[in-house]
Amino acid sequence: MEIVYVYTKKRSDFGRPCNFSERAAEVAVDIAPDPGAAAAFVPRNPVDAHVQHASDMSEHEVNTERVEVETRGVNHTEGGWPKDINAHEMEQTIRFRKKVEKDENYINTITHLGTLMEHCIKQNNAINIYEDYFGEEEMAEVEDEPPSAKTINVISKLMSVFGVLPPKRDPNITKRTATHLSWHPDGCKKLAVAYSSLEFQQNMKDMSFDSYIWDLENSNKPELVLKPSSPLVSLEYNPKDSHILAGGCYNGQIAYWDTRKGRLPVEVSTVEFSHRDPVYGTIWLQSKTGTECFSASTDGQVLWWDIRKLSEPTETLVLDVTRKGLLENALGAISLEFEPTMPTKFMVGTEQGIVITCNRKAKTPPEKISGTYSGHHGPVYALSRNPFYPKFFLTVGDWTARIWSEESKESSIMWTKYHLSYLTDGCWSTVRPAVFFTTKMDGTLDIWDFIFKQNDPSLSLKICDEPLFSLRLQDNGCFVGCGSKLGTVTLLEISSGLCTLQKNEKTLATAMFERETKREKILEARHREMRLKERVRSEIRYEEGKEEAPEEGPAELLERVRSDFLEAIEAELRRRERAEAK
Amino acid sequence: AEVEETLKRIQAHKGVVGTIVVNAEGIPIRTTLDNSTTVQYAGLLHQLTMKARSTVRDIDPQNDLTFLRIRSKKHEIMVAPDKEYLLIVIQNPCE
Repeated sequence: MEIVYVYTKKRSDFGRPCNFSERAAEVAVDIAPDPGAAAAFVPRNPVDAHVQHASDMSEHEVNTERVEVETRGVNHTEGGWPKDINAHEMEQTIRFRKKVEKDENYINTITHLGTLMEHCIKQNNAINIYEDYFGEEEMAEVEDEPPSAKTINVISKLMSVFGVLPPKRDPNITKRTATHLSWHPDGCKKLAVAYSSLEFQQNMKDMSFDSYIWDLENSNKPELVLKPSSPLVSLEYNPKDSHILAGGCYNGQIAYWDTRKGRLPVEVSTVEFSHRDPVYGTIWLQSKTGTECFSASTDGQVLWWDIRKLSEPTETLVLDVTRKGLLENALGAISLEFEPTMPTKFMVGTEQGIVITCNRKAKTPPEKISGTYSGHHGPVYALSRNPFYPKFFLTVGDWTARIWSEESKESSIMWTKYHLSYLTDGCWSTVRPAVFFTTKMDGTLDIWDFIFKQNDPSLSLKICDEPLFSLRLQDNGCFVGCGSKLGTVTLLEISSGLCTLQKNEKTLATAMFERETKREKILEARHREMRLKERVRSEIRYEEGKEEAPEEGPAELLERVRSDFLEAIEAELRRRERAEAK
Repeated sequence: AEVEETLKRIQAHKGVVGTIVVNAEGIPIRTTLDNSTTVQYAGLLHQLTMKARSTVRDIDPQNDLTFLRIRSKKHEIMVAPDKEYLLIVIQNPCE
């Protein structure tokens, strides 16, 4: 049924102002419920009704325009001379000057200013207002501020460098890990970062091979792009010549760049004589020419190069612990360590968890390996000597970080507790002898102060959600840069408490290291004694036991061990029940 | 002649490194330092003096700049400004 209400009006009445008047309510239509129709419906009980009392909000995005910054120089030249005088003509300028000096105004002014000036000069000569009036007040209070670190800059592998993407291309630029960081040797805020993908055989087609040098003042655009023929795994500035960088590639070659010459490497080593695996460590050597470096890789070789002639290495060493020089037995090297104060020795950390010390000056190649330290369960990702006490070095691998002394070869003298995630990189602080930094796979950076607390890091910062792969401290000890798996490099400034030398720190650190070494030595001596005794005893027993029953085979041994174990458990359970019952 | 005397006297004081007289356009009239340094000082200090003067007058229009002293780690630069000329003296304060 239609509900329609009709009213008619004259055409001439249209548009007139309405004259509303009240009227009582009238029922226009009344439709009674039809019980027959109710059968077609099912009652619903309960009925969900929701009410929300909240303010209406709307979402809005704003993106500020990025400011493009460029550096330009300005050239100052002398000016201000009147048009008719050429500033370079001595005669004209002298004439002009003489003219000015004859001016009366000039004479008056200068006399007046002269008196004023003399007054101030005499003042200066009389009293030095900036002198130290109170003697050096001893800073008696210790800095009680808790250690902290502040993120200064985050350089993320950006999209805008590849800004002009053709629309058909896959916009997913493969993110690569920042595998190695190297600070500019003059400390002038430049950082070279090597990017590569460390996943096994994961070379995507559109993954770029570039590595970048960043200037921290301008973290939007890299200062220089380095284009190797294969992604760089490690990259180092030459400490003597800050324009030269050496890089180790993923395919085993070594390349070197000169920042003045541009983005392509100046020279690349030949493939036949290079490594067969990614080059994980490249370090420059101290030499008179400043052009020597050496590199290590997981193929088990350590090669020495002179960058003037990269066609073949000057020296090679195979990391074979059995000292036979066989490549099959060689251990793959993951980290390399070299201390400029000890130019003939260097250390290599291997994938098998062993640290090998080598002597470069040995006569025969097998002699080059002077000692091994084993103690890690997994690859030794980082190796670094304490800058104050070169006898002690830090190794980072599997779930712990360990401190070793060169004298105790059996085990480390100090170690951190086992963490929940792998430790990926570590280094000593350059200003405090007992402070070191470690990064973990869960994206945290730990700062350990071993004099203060050995159980836990003094400061643990969660930098990002993805694993952190590399860490580098700047030479002044205040800035630390860490690179993550997705290519983000974060720069942190640590609080002054952690990067200034405390009063007795050196003596305390020495005392601590000496104490721990002594402890290890004592333990070693005891172990040796016990082993000797065991050997003697087993020899005696062997003599006697020749007539006794034959030795148990492995199966019986297993049975006996199992029954022993179960008995011990039963005994323990019974004891506990008895204790509870009491 | 008087000018000569004044400037000589100033130069003779203890610790004075150099004296420069600059005119309103920034042209060095008289100097005891070498040309490039003079040109640099003249240009830079001229601008600084203008800025300082405008600052002082901005805050109080009745006020005017009488003297400007810049103390740095190595020495003190003193500038005596005038409507037409500028007298600049660089002194090493005694310590």
